[in-house]
Amino acid sequence: MEVTNVQQGNSVFGVIKQIFPGRKLLIATPYLWLLLFFLVPFAIVLKISFSEMVIAIPPYSDLVEFADETLNISINLGNYLFLAEDDMYIRAYFSSIQIAFNATLLCLLLGYPMAYAMARAPQHMQTTLLLLILLPSWTSFLIRIYAWMGILKNNGLINNLLMALGIIDDPIIMMNTNFAVYIGIVYAYLPFMVLPLYANLVKHDHSLLEASADLGARPWKTFLSVTLPLSKSGVIAGSMLVFIPAVGEFVIPELLGGPDSLMIGKVLWQEFFNNRDWPVASALAMVMLLLLIIPMALFHHYQSKELESTNEK
Amino acid sequence: MSNIDVASPGSIEQKPMLQIQNVTKKFDDVLAVDHVSLDIPKGEIFALLGASGSGKSTLLRMLAGFDKPTSGQIILGGQDITSLPPYERPINMMFQSYALFPHMTVEQNIAYGLKQDKLPKDKIQKKVDEMLNLVHMTQYAKRKPHQLSGGQRQRVALARSLAKEPQLLLLDEPMGALDKKLRTRMQLELVEIIEQVGVTCLMVTHDQEEAMTMAHRIAIMDAGWIVQVGSPTDIYETPNSRMAAEFIGSINMFEGKITQDEADHVVIESHLLNAPVRIGHGIATALENPDVWVAIRPEKTRITRDKPATDINWSSGIIDDIAYLGTHSVYYVRLDSGKIIQANMANTERHGERPTWNDPVYVSWEESSPVVLNN
Repeated sequence: MEVTNVQQGNSVFGVIKQIFPGRKLLIATPYLWLLLFFLVPFAIVLKISFSEMVIAIPPYSDLVEFADETLNISINLGNYLFLAEDDMYIRAYFSSIQIAFNATLLCLLLGYPMAYAMARAPQHMQTTLLLLILLPSWTSFLIRIYAWMGILKNNGLINNLLMALGIIDDPIIMMNTNFAVYIGIVYAYLPFMVLPLYANLVKHDHSLLEASADLGARPWKTFLSVTLPLSKSGVIAGSMLVFIPAVGEFVIPELLGGPDSLMIGKVLWQEFFNNRDWPVASALAMVMLLLLIIPMALFHHYQSKELESTNEK
Repeated sequence: MSNIDVASPGSIEQKPMLQIQNVTKKFDDVLAVDHVSLDIPKGEIFALLGASGSGKSTLLRMLAGFDKPTSGQIILGGQDITSLPPYERPINMMFQSYALFPHMTVEQNIAYGLKQDKLPKDKIQKKVDEMLNLVHMTQYAKRKPHQLSGGQRQRVALARSLAKEPQLLLLDEPMGALDKKLRTRMQLELVEIIEQVGVTCLMVTHDQEEAMTMAHRIAIMDAGWIVQVGSPTDIYETPNSRMAAEFIGSINMFEGKITQDEADHVVIESHLLNAPVRIGHGIATALENPDVWVAIRPEKTRITRDKPATDINWSSGIIDDIAYLGTHSVYYVRLDSGKIIQANMANTERHGERPTWNDPVYVSWEESSPVVLNN
């Protein structure tokens, strides 16, 4: 690279290239984007989480104050301590993770056969099937959740139908329960499970399945010992894509869930808008971020290890 | 395809190990395999040789159980296996791409088939070690397939397909993924291992050299049916048809008419050649039609500057082109009739005096060299 730079240094283009190295510019762009739209807001939230609530606009105190020739830097850890004191927050975190985990598992159980069938479908049908998976997301997310309210409520589609058929006399209570929350999350995030799984499964070498059958493995055994292990990275990618947004989900528990479906997104909303306690809400967000960063870091670590081993060729 | 006497190793038993009876395979309306029947004795290495689309791979896949024949039977060791699924057949295959499980080590790959039989752990380990030793891969046991070279992967694939001691071993284009240098070495190594194990083996290839090097017998396939079955020598020296003759090696073909058909010799006149062709033996089958083809292999011809002393088995022409191939040169001689004939000349001297471009020469051959083929 240096040799070419020296050679190009003689020409006008070379000089321009040395001032604006194209490669660095290209790499800098996404970093700049992340810095502006991720790191700066993150720093603001972090700052607020260490401040104190005041009745003012904005409703939090400054960390750095300069008055009477003294520079005061006050870092308030009270918000974090408060989260630890009140077990409501801990329960909210715990139940968010639990709901997200169960929903991810349900998405995996539903999504895997779907992705598998898509990957095995004839070539010309695969595009259509992919389109069908994506089609619902062309409608607004909020409208689709409202539609589920219409389906699940006491005088909704399901109950009306079952009562009309005489199967039940009283409506089954589905709305405002955890059941409805699960339906909402699984429905909304299923495509995020199916797509990475499909992308993984469609690349599988068919001759491996034949080799397995040839060596005496029945179809079910072949699936367990060849297809499933080889789709591991797809399973992990899909699960992360469902789990991470599901933990912080606010709209679905708010609209479909009841008073007992405690999720951290909902608590955060209440702190922010109902209590106007920005510092505690920020602290809640920071802790949630930490909780999500750990599985993400593990995933990243695992993936780069996987990449390394396949690149060793 | 009838009874051809094979000069194969004496260990081969009389009763056929594998019987393919009238097997036909149709894909929609296309006949991929057309009433193929074959008997393969125990311990034989048999090659299906054909161009792509000849149906050889379809036949192999039917033997493995991946495709079902439209009609016909496949009998292995006296048992009809036509409708058995692949996982119940005592047949193992070495795939063209090897199809090694990428998430398993060499050891686990070899053990995979044994595990399906629910053998005890120590027995599996013993067999795996034996297989690793057989293919000289013991020190690579813990590696993953992507850490191996092409030749090493092939050995693992072979070990995996032999581990279950199948009654029939299938090889799908065994050298297809290897470079030319490695190919020649692996061909002999593979045959050595297969013969050491003593397994009956059926391979599919489009490479005639590979088939002739490795197989005891060869079947030439074309358009779904078998053109000729025989030992490499049979197929090369006594092809039964133009298709068989042209498929293997190079050959010169001349149209002609039988003018004398005696018990001890035949004379054929061809308008393409200056002198008549005399063959020093009778033709086995009496031909109804006197119009035949005469086929002569390039290495069985001679090029001379002087006119041969006889009035048979020669033709004159000028040298049109020369291909120098090191071991021998191929001369393309344009005969007086305009037909181009290929003649090989061994390069026995380093700087010998040889005919060159546009030299007038005579091409001649022995009475035993030409083969007469049906029109």
